[in-house]
Amino acid sequence: MAKKSEMVGAVAVVGGGIAGVQSSLDLADMGFKVYLLEKSPAIGGVMAQLDKTFPTNDCSMCILSPKLVDCVRHANIKLFTNTEVKKIEGKPGNFVVKALKKPRYVDLEKCTSCGDCEEVCPIKLPNTFEQGLSDRKAIYKLYPQAIPNAYVIDKEGDGEHRGCVDCMKCVDACKVGAINHDEKPENLKFDVGAVIVAAGSKPFNPIIKPEFGYKQYKNVMTSIEFERVLSASGPFEGKVIRPSDKKPPKKIAWVHCVGSRDKSVEHEYCSSMCCMYTAKEAVIAKEHDADVEPTVFYIDVRSFGKDFDKYIDRAKKEHGLRYVRSRISEIMEDPKTEDLVIRYEDDSGELKEEMFNLVVLSVGLCIAEEQRDELIEQLGFEVNEFGFVQTCPDDPVVLRPGVFVAGSFLEPQAIPESVMQASAAAANAAALLKDARGTLVKEKQYPAERDVSGEKPRVGVFVCHCGINIGGYVDVPAVVKFAESLDDVVYAEANLYTCSEDTQKRIVDAIKKHNLNRIIVAACTPRTHEPLFQKSLREAGLNPHLFEMTNIREQCSWVHMDKFKDATEKAKQLVAMTVAKTRFLQPIQEAEIPVIQKALVIGGGIAGMTAALSLADQGYETVLVEKEPVLGGYLNKVYYTVDGVDIDQLLKKTVEKVQNHNLIKVYTGSSLESLKGYVGSYESEIKTSKGTVKFSHGVVVVTVGASEYKPNSYLYGKNLQVLTQLELEKKLSDCQQDDIHDGDTFVMIQCVESRDEKRPYCSRICCMQAVKNAIRIKELSPKAEVFVLYRDLMTYGFKEKFYKDARMKGVMFLQYDAEKKPIVDTKDGLMVKFFEPMLQKKLEIPTDTLVLSTGLQPNLDNLVIAQMLKVPMNDDGFFLEAHVKLRPVDFSTRGVFVAGNCHTPKFISESIYQAQAAAARAATILAQPKLTAEPNIAVVDEDLCCGCKTCIAVCPYNAIDLTEDIKNGNVSNINEGLCQGCGTCVSACPSSAIQQRGFKDKQILPILDEIV
Amino acid sequence: MVEEKKESKKNEFEPKIVGFLCNWCSYAGADLAGTSRIQYPPNVRIIRVMCSGSVDSVYILRALLEGADGVFVGGCHPGDCHYLDGNYKARRRMVLLRDILDTLGLEQERVWIRWISASEGQQFAETMREMTEAIRKLGPTPITKQWNI
Repeated sequence: MAKKSEMVGAVAVVGGGIAGVQSSLDLADMGFKVYLLEKSPAIGGVMAQLDKTFPTNDCSMCILSPKLVDCVRHANIKLFTNTEVKKIEGKPGNFVVKALKKPRYVDLEKCTSCGDCEEVCPIKLPNTFEQGLSDRKAIYKLYPQAIPNAYVIDKEGDGEHRGCVDCMKCVDACKVGAINHDEKPENLKFDVGAVIVAAGSKPFNPIIKPEFGYKQYKNVMTSIEFERVLSASGPFEGKVIRPSDKKPPKKIAWVHCVGSRDKSVEHEYCSSMCCMYTAKEAVIAKEHDADVEPTVFYIDVRSFGKDFDKYIDRAKKEHGLRYVRSRISEIMEDPKTEDLVIRYEDDSGELKEEMFNLVVLSVGLCIAEEQRDELIEQLGFEVNEFGFVQTCPDDPVVLRPGVFVAGSFLEPQAIPESVMQASAAAANAAALLKDARGTLVKEKQYPAERDVSGEKPRVGVFVCHCGINIGGYVDVPAVVKFAESLDDVVYAEANLYTCSEDTQKRIVDAIKKHNLNRIIVAACTPRTHEPLFQKSLREAGLNPHLFEMTNIREQCSWVHMDKFKDATEKAKQLVAMTVAKTRFLQPIQEAEIPVIQKALVIGGGIAGMTAALSLADQGYETVLVEKEPVLGGYLNKVYYTVDGVDIDQLLKKTVEKVQNHNLIKVYTGSSLESLKGYVGSYESEIKTSKGTVKFSHGVVVVTVGASEYKPNSYLYGKNLQVLTQLELEKKLSDCQQDDIHDGDTFVMIQCVESRDEKRPYCSRICCMQAVKNAIRIKELSPKAEVFVLYRDLMTYGFKEKFYKDARMKGVMFLQYDAEKKPIVDTKDGLMVKFFEPMLQKKLEIPTDTLVLSTGLQPNLDNLVIAQMLKVPMNDDGFFLEAHVKLRPVDFSTRGVFVAGNCHTPKFISESIYQAQAAAARAATILAQPKLTAEPNIAVVDEDLCCGCKTCIAVCPYNAIDLTEDIKNGNVSNINEGLCQGCGTCVSACPSSAIQQRGFKDKQILPILDEIV
Repeated sequence: MVEEKKESKKNEFEPKIVGFLCNWCSYAGADLAGTSRIQYPPNVRIIRVMCSGSVDSVYILRALLEGADGVFVGGCHPGDCHYLDGNYKARRRMVLLRDILDTLGLEQERVWIRWISASEGQQFAETMREMTEAIRKLGPTPITKQWNI
């Protein structure tokens, strides 16, 4: 490792997909310089290709775009596209990264993305971003909202098609002289302290599975191709049509596990997210075209994530998804109709055939070998039997000292896992480089704010099509026309995506060109997108509070989908209402509040301890509160794992580190009694055995865990032969070789009182608990009988191999239907009776031990914490993060973060990287000495205030006191740091002497005039 | 795209409803109704406020006097208020407001206050359906009638 003085305060991030982008943003906000190296001409990765994301059906581009824009705008992130890493040398803390930047032939600074060059280019090639469903020119943009938003010339072609022929037509067409055909490759060298590898993976190419007919039959396509079909900015503009005849298909089949869980292609792992994206694609297809009849051919539905089961339920009930449990033997084409016949073996073993108009292959992910091998050469890391990177499960994002890893380069997985690992990787890098933090960064400089006082309102309105999310259900051009007709509106335009980077430039330009002083974006919700647009205002020299959003997506297009006219009228009125308010907006100068650079972590399980260690390793004093007398939480009840983690060691090592860390103070047997304050400045009271302790801190991390659910059924608690999985585990851990005898029988029932109406969620870990304990039994006594009765086996990702191990060892996996739960009889000892749908038989298994997989339940006192911290929970009682995809460890309340089982049940390694992610996100606040205070605070008009003290009585934050003045009369005085902007005092003031910035009476009341 | 359905009852009264939604719970709930594509009638016009406790009775009265047929106030569930207890204050204010409504000759049922959390998209949509129907049954606000005379 490098010496303290040699540590470099910069990090190289390899790969510009969502993981790389998240790592970059976190590190840059934590005070590090970031070099983001992406080999393609634009960042965004696979997520940019997706139409929607599950389980919220959010528009993928819409939630991704603000992050990409933040990335290019960030003063501390330097983005290099078309750039490949060639060499990494040095030691942790001080590496030299050498990279090759391939020529783009287009000057990023000069290109305005006008498209004139593309128009004249004579060369056509298949558009790889659109999966070859359409063509592009040799000079092209990777995708319409590409960031950086500039063209690139493809000189190489794709082997079959030639690229640029140097005809120079584009040079003549380009009015700004941005094109340079002689640009040469450039060797780059970066001095960094750490490297984060987020190189991604690639979708499986089903051409090597000829039985599926991919590329043989036109109407067989992959799921990633179908994402582009669904996308409004895709080749068919979101219309559900099939490739052969461009006609809408009625019957569409999705085939699960193509290139996953498949020995024949050496992909024996599960790709984790295909079950869910399949349901999403089917739901969205049906949304785009109500006549679609979707059928899903599946092995298991692995809906193991948070709120996934509810999504599948809705897909079945409300969108009519038909699920057929089956194995597909062949897909054939009817040459006349180009329809497809799927031949499959159904649940009962019967061979069937069914015709479909279109077949979508739900392809899994696999490693991009070439890129991996290049990185292995430079970094020398291990790969697992599936060709993916191998890390240690108790240190999941560390590739080797100073080199960290995140995203699907590590394991096929969905977006939130990638985002969490990305933040976790950032936390690890930040801990390593803590002594160099802040040495290479600079602050973003905005132009001076224009003084708009005295100016007549000049409102600009930007109406978003949001692909077809708005444009498909609201007449956007009509809304623009209507906006133009309103008083004070001097400019209005429509955008495909108002949040894209090119539109930000358009907004800045429009502000300058038309001298706008109030801006409205009519698009989606301000809760996610307001900060992005406010930054654009600042870049144009306008105060960011001269801005309003009007939500014509969540409040119009998405909720009135079959009422085009009404939705359009409503959108117009919402715009008129917003204009009415916007006219009266005034600049707001935000106060600055100092940040107490200390953290409070509530809950001392593996997540809490990891979060505390990560924060302390980054140099922040941390208090860890645990209600039990010992640290460890749920881990104290776990005895062994199948993936090689020694639980005793992990627990011992972690507890020791926590207790010996000079920046961590642990209070066991203690609880949080009260919490006051706000982000940057909290005051907590912790009840300990030795009395109450006070602690001031800037952030809070919630890691209170969850516990095993104790069932009320299957004789649990009444019969000693009935155990939960944890109880069995404890028993097995004490077992010696001869404690379990040949012929001893164990029956495990999965999903006990789980995934039902009362507890409608999957606990994610119980299938693996069963697999783990079953393997243990078989290891102790190979001739013991183990039966696992399951609904869907959730051994996702690489966990699939343990499922296989168990089967190889003779563990019997038998299915049951959710509607026909197994029954337990005690007439002659324990007897489990159930119907096995695959065998089409009623089975009766006598057993010595009945094991119930019940999953986890949230702690009952989560409610107390939720109310104290003002953070939400979901219907199941787990904490609800700010955004399931892109803000998986943040709460909407700034300064409070979540990790571990209290967020949703998860495995140890998942808790560890989520906790590190929470620490990273918390550190983005702690790294700043000052934060800007809440802008929308209340202000007192002293001339109107009569000093009645009503406001003082109602203020929940004690932010108001009375300035006594005998001569002029007493007046209320509001503390800018303490006021949180709730507006309670405003509505309580009998003299209307208090007004809330951004919500003043004179801003709200005109809205009402527009409504009627 | 989805074809527009023919309106079955053409001359049915379409109430105008103003909704004041708190930023943290009910506005987020309305957002969730959107991302979940839960359909509800297009009668409500939402105004985002930071807290239900900041909704001045004057706003509600002004909306009604301007001719709104109903006013909806949405806040966090009791105990969940982002600002500790703003929703309780909103509820108390609502009780006082009812008397004023009586004095004005307006039905109390024209003003609704409901708790909707950030995870209750379905709840929000259902409440909007219920309220639209309830106000439809009540008929147009008497205020406009008076003005018409």
